[in-house]
Amino acid sequence: MNGKRIKWHIVVFLAPAVLVYTAIMIFPLFNTLRLALYSEVDQVRVFTGLDNFRTLFGDPRWSESFWNALGNNFWFFLIHMLVQNPIGILLAAILSHPRLRFAALYRSAIFVPTILSFVIIGFAWKLILSPIWGIAPDMLDAIGLKFLYAPWLGKEEYALTTLALVSVWQFVGIPMMLIYAALLSIPEEVLEAGEIDGITGAAAFWKIKLPLILPSIGIISILTFVGNFNAFDLIYAAQGALAGPDFSTDILGTFMYRTFFGFQLQLGDPHMGSAIAAAMFGIILIGVCLYLFGIQTRMRRYQF
Amino acid sequence: MTTKQLCVALLSTTILGSAAMAEDVTLTIESWRNDDLTLWQDTIIPAFEAANPGIKVKFTPSAPAEYNAVLNSKLDAGSAGDLITCRPFDASLALYEAGHLADLSDLGGMANFSAVAKSAWQSDDASASFCVPMASVIHGFIYNKEAFAEVGVEVPTTEAEFFAALDAIKQDGNYIPMAMGTNDQWEAATMGYNNIGPNYWKGEEGRLALIAGEQKLTDAQWVAPYATLARWGSYLGDGYEAQTYPDSQNIFTLGRAAIYPAGSWEITGFNAQADFEMGAFKPPVQNAGDECYISDHTDIAMGLNAASPNAAAARVFLDWMGTAEFASIYANALPGFFSLSSHDVAMEDPLAQEFVSWRGACNSTIRSTYQILSRGTPNLENDTWGASVAAIKGTETPEALGAELQEGLASWYAPHM
Repeated sequence: MNGKRIKWHIVVFLAPAVLVYTAIMIFPLFNTLRLALYSEVDQVRVFTGLDNFRTLFGDPRWSESFWNALGNNFWFFLIHMLVQNPIGILLAAILSHPRLRFAALYRSAIFVPTILSFVIIGFAWKLILSPIWGIAPDMLDAIGLKFLYAPWLGKEEYALTTLALVSVWQFVGIPMMLIYAALLSIPEEVLEAGEIDGITGAAAFWKIKLPLILPSIGIISILTFVGNFNAFDLIYAAQGALAGPDFSTDILGTFMYRTFFGFQLQLGDPHMGSAIAAAMFGIILIGVCLYLFGIQTRMRRYQF
Repeated sequence: MTTKQLCVALLSTTILGSAAMAEDVTLTIESWRNDDLTLWQDTIIPAFEAANPGIKVKFTPSAPAEYNAVLNSKLDAGSAGDLITCRPFDASLALYEAGHLADLSDLGGMANFSAVAKSAWQSDDASASFCVPMASVIHGFIYNKEAFAEVGVEVPTTEAEFFAALDAIKQDGNYIPMAMGTNDQWEAATMGYNNIGPNYWKGEEGRLALIAGEQKLTDAQWVAPYATLARWGSYLGDGYEAQTYPDSQNIFTLGRAAIYPAGSWEITGFNAQADFEMGAFKPPVQNAGDECYISDHTDIAMGLNAASPNAAAARVFLDWMGTAEFASIYANALPGFFSLSSHDVAMEDPLAQEFVSWRGACNSTIRSTYQILSRGTPNLENDTWGASVAAIKGTETPEALGAELQEGLASWYAPHM
């Protein structure tokens, strides 16, 4: 009898979170997926099955924009993986050095951009890099490297990389903090045992600390992946909805926004927009699943 | 605070709020003209409220680039204002067809507008008008008179003179010859392609032939403006690729550039910012003595939100917008937005007078991409932005751009298939 009694307190305690999460996350998500299967003909919404996806991947104009956005998204992600996360790990390693002075100051200073608004970041960097009022050309001039300056945000070949690096600048604090916490949790005894065996300094980092923080690096990678494929704000704040020049900074988020809400004379098409959102969801889902089942389950954990 | 107290507090605010509402009807205006906020608050609204006690008006603009998206969402959600500032052509037509804008054909004030003025806000068969026309904008070039005098160049009337003037200014080196950037893309199309283009495609003649499918975007008269734009690149400032629209405005008003490819809507802002004398010249013609064409674009109107609870008061306001009083206040407070009404409006601003004088000397047309041709996907207007930028940067040849645009248009527009 006792085992069958419903544990009401569990239901009560879970209810607020479940209700709020369902109302603002799960319901909109499934409704968006549903909307992707409809189309509007003469002001009436009609069910069209997978037609929107056929247009998105089959029509050369749509698919070209989609693959361009997806490719840009991968480049955006790659820059973060190659620049943001190694720098984050490096900063964490330096910060966790016991003899570093003003560690708390550096930690806060590097973390501060993370809490700034995208709009501020986008606007500030646009001004910094501006060929007209910016300090970037003058600073390069001061060290005699003026020839290196280019109007980066206006050139097809540099704009996306520039924005990715701005984003790295903003978010490098997150991997730094997570790795820093992981490094602090490594017990002294382990390191001391290593020292007795003659492993010190850089060797201690590569041979002892790095393997122990691998799970954290995995988590950071997946957070970076999800964050980058959902990115929108920075590109929108810096380059606008057209993600110029010539769509070179167009990522899935801006492509979706433009399609869903329309732009200038282009009227919004919520159904095609939802189809793009559904494709984004699929891509992120596949990425997360690959990580969870391919990497996470094989990762070894150490208990101290 | 307990839930009960909170409920009571919330309820009492709604009661108090609705009590205040009962005294005056408040009309809210949706607009993208956030530049005009003070004008509406200090001049237009007081003039209306003085004549119509009991109706209060609030002007609540949003950012121009986001206006259409924001407005559509608000209308769908039922939270939009009573009066809707109308973009010309399809954006507003779609709102009317979706039932968001009320039919205003029977409004008394509508009699004060010509058929051409109303054409941008009518159903395709012209049976229903849904916005009261407010103003048009004229394209041309604004120049720094002091810079021209200093360098010793004359105001150009032909294209050869135009580029000779640019060369002279570039040679002189004190001024950036022309202030425009390609970062925001639309300037290249609006102040570039559609500014100089009408002289090539002969205004309305070419525009209507394009809509009818008799001309193609690969024809010489539609490609040639791109070839001319390609020559602009070397006269723009360093790093023009990353120069934004406000950057260009500031460069010109700070006196660092000599010529600014403009729309007449800049006049107010430039008058306030620039401390040098400015003049304007119309888009130069190819050969001396050629007939000239200008873009006199029906740009802005005001419609009634069909779901507005204050429709009666809103109609009073819209009716008032058709009067000579409004036309005069608006045209003089906003020199550069030229009244579309048939009232004879006297304007005081010399720069605005210069712009409007071209209406007598040249043939007027509107922007080529706005009527019907931007109804499908890919959107011709948006594609023209990209094409104009590519032309200026020289990343693609004019012929290739024309072919691409034609292919895009032909993919959905029957007369071109």
